[in-house]
Amino acid sequence: MHPYSIGPVTTMDVQVPNLLDDALGGGGRVVLIEDCVETSGAFVLHHFLKRSLSPNSSDAVIFLSFSQPFSHYDRILRKMGCNLVVRRDNKRLLFFDLLMLNSLGREEEKTSEDLLLSLYEKVHKAVEICSSPARNITIIIDDVSLLEVAVNCLSNMVLDFLHYCYSLTAEFGCSLITLNHEDIYSSLDKSSLILQMEYHADVVIKAEPLSTGLATDVHGQLTVIDKGLGGGVCNSGKICNFQFRIKDNQIEYFYPGSRT
Amino acid sequence: MAERICRALRDGALEGEHAPALTIKDSNESPLGSLLFNHVLSQLSSFIVAQKSQSQGIVLVALSRGPLYYEELFKSKGNNIASSNKWIKVLDCCTDPLGWRSKLMESGRIANLTPGTSTRANLYKNLKDLNKLLLAIVELGKELVEDGKGRFAVAIDSVSEMLRHASIFSVAGLLSNLRSHSQVSCLFWLLHSDIHETKAIAALEYISSIQASSEPITRPINGQRANSEKLPFLEQNLRGGKIHIRFKRRNGRVRLMSEEFCIEQSGIKFTPISSEAEMIAQSLVPKVQFNLELSEKERNDRAKVVLPFEHQGNGKTIQIYDGRKSLNEDRAEIQYTSAEKVQTVTDSGRGEIIYFRDSDDEMPDSDEDPDDDLDI
Repeated sequence: MHPYSIGPVTTMDVQVPNLLDDALGGGGRVVLIEDCVETSGAFVLHHFLKRSLSPNSSDAVIFLSFSQPFSHYDRILRKMGCNLVVRRDNKRLLFFDLLMLNSLGREEEKTSEDLLLSLYEKVHKAVEICSSPARNITIIIDDVSLLEVAVNCLSNMVLDFLHYCYSLTAEFGCSLITLNHEDIYSSLDKSSLILQMEYHADVVIKAEPLSTGLATDVHGQLTVIDKGLGGGVCNSGKICNFQFRIKDNQIEYFYPGSRT
Repeated sequence: MAERICRALRDGALEGEHAPALTIKDSNESPLGSLLFNHVLSQLSSFIVAQKSQSQGIVLVALSRGPLYYEELFKSKGNNIASSNKWIKVLDCCTDPLGWRSKLMESGRIANLTPGTSTRANLYKNLKDLNKLLLAIVELGKELVEDGKGRFAVAIDSVSEMLRHASIFSVAGLLSNLRSHSQVSCLFWLLHSDIHETKAIAALEYISSIQASSEPITRPINGQRANSEKLPFLEQNLRGGKIHIRFKRRNGRVRLMSEEFCIEQSGIKFTPISSEAEMIAQSLVPKVQFNLELSEKERNDRAKVVLPFEHQGNGKTIQIYDGRKSLNEDRAEIQYTSAEKVQTVTDSGRGEIIYFRDSDDEMPDSDEDPDDDLDI
C-alpha cells in the first residue's frame, strides 16, 4: 500500500478543502510554487489569495501581477466566494498591475536595476502601510519568469530583488509566495534561477500532471515539500503528495486512490 | 567525525600556518548544509563561551539569513545573543546587500523603520566590494579580541550568495586573505554546490583544509520516474543525510571519512555509517532452505574439535616426518601402540588419527631416479 494513500475516507468531504492547508502548516514563510506547461499552478496562488483574504482574519495581501490583470483574479476569486474589489477598497489587498513594467520603464530610459529598485520601493512602502496595525502580510508574485522577462532576463538581478523580498519577510514576519515554471529552465544550467529559488524557499509546491496520464476527474497532483528549516529550529522535513480536481468554485484535494 | 571538525576549528591555527578553513557543501538533493553550518557554529560558540578554544569570538557574516534568524538560533541553544555580544559580532549583509534600502531611505522614499532588526548587527551595504568587506570583518574581529593579540573565528553563511555578486577570483581572494590573517583563528563557510561551476567549487576547496559535504542517503533509481515512487527517498533526504569529510593535513596527507546524520528536534545527531550498511549486507544473504547459520552450541562444539596437527606440542615429543626412520622411532612406535590400547579402554569417545608409513623398503629421499632402470 502506498504510504500516502491512507486518507480519512469517511470524513473526507469535511477535510478536503484543508488538505493543502494541512500540508502547509503555519505562515510567515517563503513558498515557491513550481508548475509546468501541462499543469498550471495558478490555482494554488488563488488558494493562498483566498486564504489570506478570508473574512475571519485581518491579514493583508500585496499582489505583484506580471501575468494577469486585476479583472482576471477578481472573476476567479468571486466564484470562489471572495470579492477582491471590496478587499482592495478595504486596503486588505494591495494590487500592483505590472503587466507593462517593461515598456513603461524603457520609455523613461531606466536601467533594469532602477526598475527593480522602484519596484522594491513599492513593495516596501506597501509592507509599511499594511503593517501599521500589526498583522500577517502575504506578498504574492505572479510570476517570476515574467519578472525576469521584464528586466531583460537578468536572472541575477531578479534574485537580488527576491533577496530583498526575503529580507522583508524575515524583518516584518510576512510570507512570500512566488510562482515560477519549472520546465523553462534547463536542468544543465547550474546557476538557474529556479534552483536558487528552491534553496531560499521553506516550502516548495510542485504542480504536475498525473504520472499515469490524463484523467477526467483528476486534474493533476501536488507535491508539497516542507523543508522544515524555518525559525532556526530543526524540524524534520515532510513531503505530502495529493491529487486535485479544479472545479469552478473550489478545488478538491484528495489522496491518491481515495477517489474512484 | 563531525566532532573532529569542531575540534580542528577549536584548536585553531598553528603559529606560522594558515588558519584551518572548512567548506560545508550541500546540494539541492540534500539541502541540509545550513543546518550543518548552524551545528558547527553553535559547537564553536559553546567552546568559545567555555574559553576552550583558541578564538575569543566569532564574526558571523550573515548573507543568506538575517541577524534575527541567528538570534533565534542562539536563543534556542540557550545562548542569549544580548549577553553574547562580547564574543559574537554579526555582520549583516542580508538586509541590504546592495544598498537599495539606504538609497531609498536617504531620499526619504521609505521610512527609516526597522522594527525587528537587532541594533547589535552591523549593516554592510555593498556586497560587490569584497575588499571593504574584508576590512569590515577584520575590524569587527578586532573589536572582539581584548588585547589586540587574540584571535577570532570567521563564519560565512553561504559563499554562494557572495558569488552571485562578485567573481570567484575576488571571493577566493577574500577567503585566502582571511585564512592567512594573523588574527584569524579559523574560518568556515557554506556553499551550495549545484549552483556553481565545478571550477569555482574546486577553487574554494583548494583554500579549505577541511571539506564536509552533505549528500543524500539514497538516490531514487532512474527507473522510478513516477513522482510518488521518489517521495519516500526525497523525504528521507530532508531528514538526514551522509556527510563526507575530507581532511587535508599539512604534509599533504588526505583523510576521508563519512558519517550519517539525522535531523532531530534537539539538533543534528551523527551516527557511524556502518550500522545500516551491515544490515543491508546481512539481508543480502540469499534465502535458501538449508541452514547456513550455526547455533551457539554448534559454534562452541566446532571450536573444541582438535585438528590432526594440533595434538603435537601437548607434552609429547614432536614428530616431524622427514622420510627416514629415526633412531627412537621404533621405541616410540611401541609406546604409541601400547598407549593406544590403553586409550581405547579409557577414552573411547575421543578420535585419533594414527599414521603409519606404508613401506620401509623405499628410500623416498634418495637422489636416484626411481624409473632409472626402465627400458622403453
